[in-house]
Amino acid sequence: MADNKTIRFKIKRQPTPQAKPQWEEFEFPWKPGMNVISSLMEIAANPVTRQGTPTTPITYDSNCLEEVCGSCAMLINGRAKMACSALVDQLEQPIRLEPMSKFPIVRDLAVDRSVLFENLKVVKAWVPIDGTYDLGAGPRLSTVDQEAAYPLSRCISCCCCMEACPQFNDSTGFVGAAAISQVRLFNTHPTGQALKRERLAALMGDGGIHECGYAQNCVEVCPKDIPLTRSIAEVGGEVMKQAVGDLFRK
Amino acid sequence: MAANPKIVIIGGGLAGLSAAIKIAEMGGHVELFSIVPVKRSHSVCAQGGINAAKNLKGEGDSTWQHFDDTVYGGDFLANQPLVKAMCDAAPAIIDLLDRMGVTFNRTPEGLLDFRRFGGTLYNRTAFAGATTGQQLLYALDEQVRRYESEGKVTKYEHWEFLSGVLDGNRVCRGICAMDLRSMEVRVFPADAIIIATGGIGAIFGKSTNSVVCTGSAQSALYQQGCYYANGEFIQVHPTSIPGEDKLRLMSESARGEGGRVWVPKKAGDNRDPKSIPESERWYFLEDWYPKYGNLVPRDVATRAIHKVVYEHQLGIDGKPMVYLDLTHIDRKVLDRKLEGILEIYQKFVGDDPRDTPMKIFPGMHYTMGGLWVDFTQATNIPGIYAAGECEYQYHGANRLGANSLVSCIFGGFIAGPAAMQYARNQKSLATNGYFDAERKRQEELNARMMRSEGKENPFLLWRELGELMTRNCTVIRYNKNLQAADAKLCELLERFQTINLSDRSQWANTTIVFARQLYNMLQLARVIAQGAALRDESRGAHYKPDFPDRDDKNWLKTTKAYFAADADEPRFEFEPVDISLIPPRPRKY
Repeated sequence: MADNKTIRFKIKRQPTPQAKPQWEEFEFPWKPGMNVISSLMEIAANPVTRQGTPTTPITYDSNCLEEVCGSCAMLINGRAKMACSALVDQLEQPIRLEPMSKFPIVRDLAVDRSVLFENLKVVKAWVPIDGTYDLGAGPRLSTVDQEAAYPLSRCISCCCCMEACPQFNDSTGFVGAAAISQVRLFNTHPTGQALKRERLAALMGDGGIHECGYAQNCVEVCPKDIPLTRSIAEVGGEVMKQAVGDLFRK
Repeated sequence: MAANPKIVIIGGGLAGLSAAIKIAEMGGHVELFSIVPVKRSHSVCAQGGINAAKNLKGEGDSTWQHFDDTVYGGDFLANQPLVKAMCDAAPAIIDLLDRMGVTFNRTPEGLLDFRRFGGTLYNRTAFAGATTGQQLLYALDEQVRRYESEGKVTKYEHWEFLSGVLDGNRVCRGICAMDLRSMEVRVFPADAIIIATGGIGAIFGKSTNSVVCTGSAQSALYQQGCYYANGEFIQVHPTSIPGEDKLRLMSESARGEGGRVWVPKKAGDNRDPKSIPESERWYFLEDWYPKYGNLVPRDVATRAIHKVVYEHQLGIDGKPMVYLDLTHIDRKVLDRKLEGILEIYQKFVGDDPRDTPMKIFPGMHYTMGGLWVDFTQATNIPGIYAAGECEYQYHGANRLGANSLVSCIFGGFIAGPAAMQYARNQKSLATNGYFDAERKRQEELNARMMRSEGKENPFLLWRELGELMTRNCTVIRYNKNLQAADAKLCELLERFQTINLSDRSQWANTTIVFARQLYNMLQLARVIAQGAALRDESRGAHYKPDFPDRDDKNWLKTTKAYFAADADEPRFEFEPVDISLIPPRPRKY
């Protein structure tokens, strides 16, 4: 019985950013331990649709396949998640694959997420060190502070939080949870906090932190369980404090 | 030449980013090329930690001891002076990373915490949970982003390196690369280039490496005249999780924190592992290697697991698997120190390793071999430098766990300034004829593949390659099989000529990109197979049952492969190893 068990996929295809999307269906033999990436590899090795029509291999982003590089985010049965850790046996079939909808499409399931990397520049998500020459040990850090910072530093820039956020769209220009959480990370670092004012200033105004509508979808979809809403609340408070302070300084 | 040279770096993992930071700091301009956004590079997969003899545990550790462990662990095949320099530099590298904000685990006093890793008796490995590589890469990525925002670094992400542009004197003057979206082939002049393209796991089909680790860039340069050294030394990691799409790494840190490897003493014992009493378990590593126990070097642990599974027939359920057991360790300790890897196991296998012993098996992990470089990280082609896993310099015949991250950063820190120095002494180039010629050559290669009307699917050819290499060129090697494997590689190269791309479009076409990589993988695979066939001894990761001992008289030498273009095959030379600091001694753990 298990011998002829198959799995079915419905995949949204779009050969170029200008082309009209269309769905293709695939069906092939089930194997134990399959995930969405290994399924896409199967299709590449035998690119024929369920109807028997030859087609092209699916274009998608992937790299580490261990859910740590952040490449393979896509909509799987309508939900933003990492394709490598999406196990076929845990998904309802036919498994629907679509590109994330909030980012410019490149081809098929690949989208352009460079907006996040640009946002990380805007919020100066780095520790401003003096240089790479030997300046001795870094600042001491308590285990409590390390354990607070570490979860934030595990953000893989997959952009699932932005995809799921109702406020992340062209009209708000919202910066999104991932970048805000990085602000929290660097603002709590002993050296990183040198840029705290600038980071908070970058989150004021259009597209800034006040665009957040507290839908809490971000924390729901984050594959790394990063406390994103907590980050938004904390950074939001800081932004508010600074804005009020600026008002009085004027 | 210009006071502000332009350096092209290919690869944005730890080595490439380290070099980029140094160059930007020295006033040069970096053009940084990467297949993926650099923050998604394979360095993120490193889990357990980074070695530096900071001696913060009162054990009397020293950089000399780190150096000795590394050379001994590498079975004396590494040239020693630069290994010593790396071990001496490691403590300051950790400090730098700490200053950059890496969230290293801490002691109660707020100092860096260190744990044990394989091949040493000291707690020498700094770590950030079990995602150390990710944390280190991010720290460097953030510094590079800072330089990018200052205009000192220009990134070309989603670009694939195709070849170096060599002038009539065979000096490298830039690169030829392809935009992975528009498929445009372009040339980029540079005063020097640095290759930092990582590992070659894809040559073995399934490995612990990321998808981009094909070795394609190294192979292209080897085919253009770079020496490729010690290619036969392939590290098979003792503990990986077999999967349909890849072999996921289960970090050595699991054993560093007390994880124990065992099998049921009775073959076919299919009881729940937790119900098997201690007296009926065989902790074979602890039994065979009482001094190092579960923390023998990787090549030793891998061969031991093979022996238990294939000679003693004691694999779990008769399958090639053994237990890696953490269930005796306090959950809180596991969460604090190993959460990242436990999460991987849980997500991909479905069992919680805090409650159930993990099932693991060795998997291809790392290449000790790579582009030949000198002590300034320069290859034999002027203007081409290399750093990181793609070069051969630091690990000899077997790499110790947690030495890769330090070698990447140290190598990048040498390559960057060395390339700057070289570039500043270069005269400018008179003609661009070489650029046009190289671009046309690469465009023609693409066009030929697009036209090809054969019947070979590149993804299926790749599967054959992976199975062939895993079977014959990993843990146990026989000359007869190696020679047969090389013959098969020739056949695959021939079949490659009748390839048929199932996608011929000119936009984000991943099939032609993969086909190009596959060709380069096949060429480099021959270097591995033939190099292994030639070396009639056993040393580090290279093990031949027919020649079970290390043979310093005949084989204490570096393998250097070069490409004979007329014959379309590798040729081999050998050079002596610099053993000026530690005389070779037998390696017994």
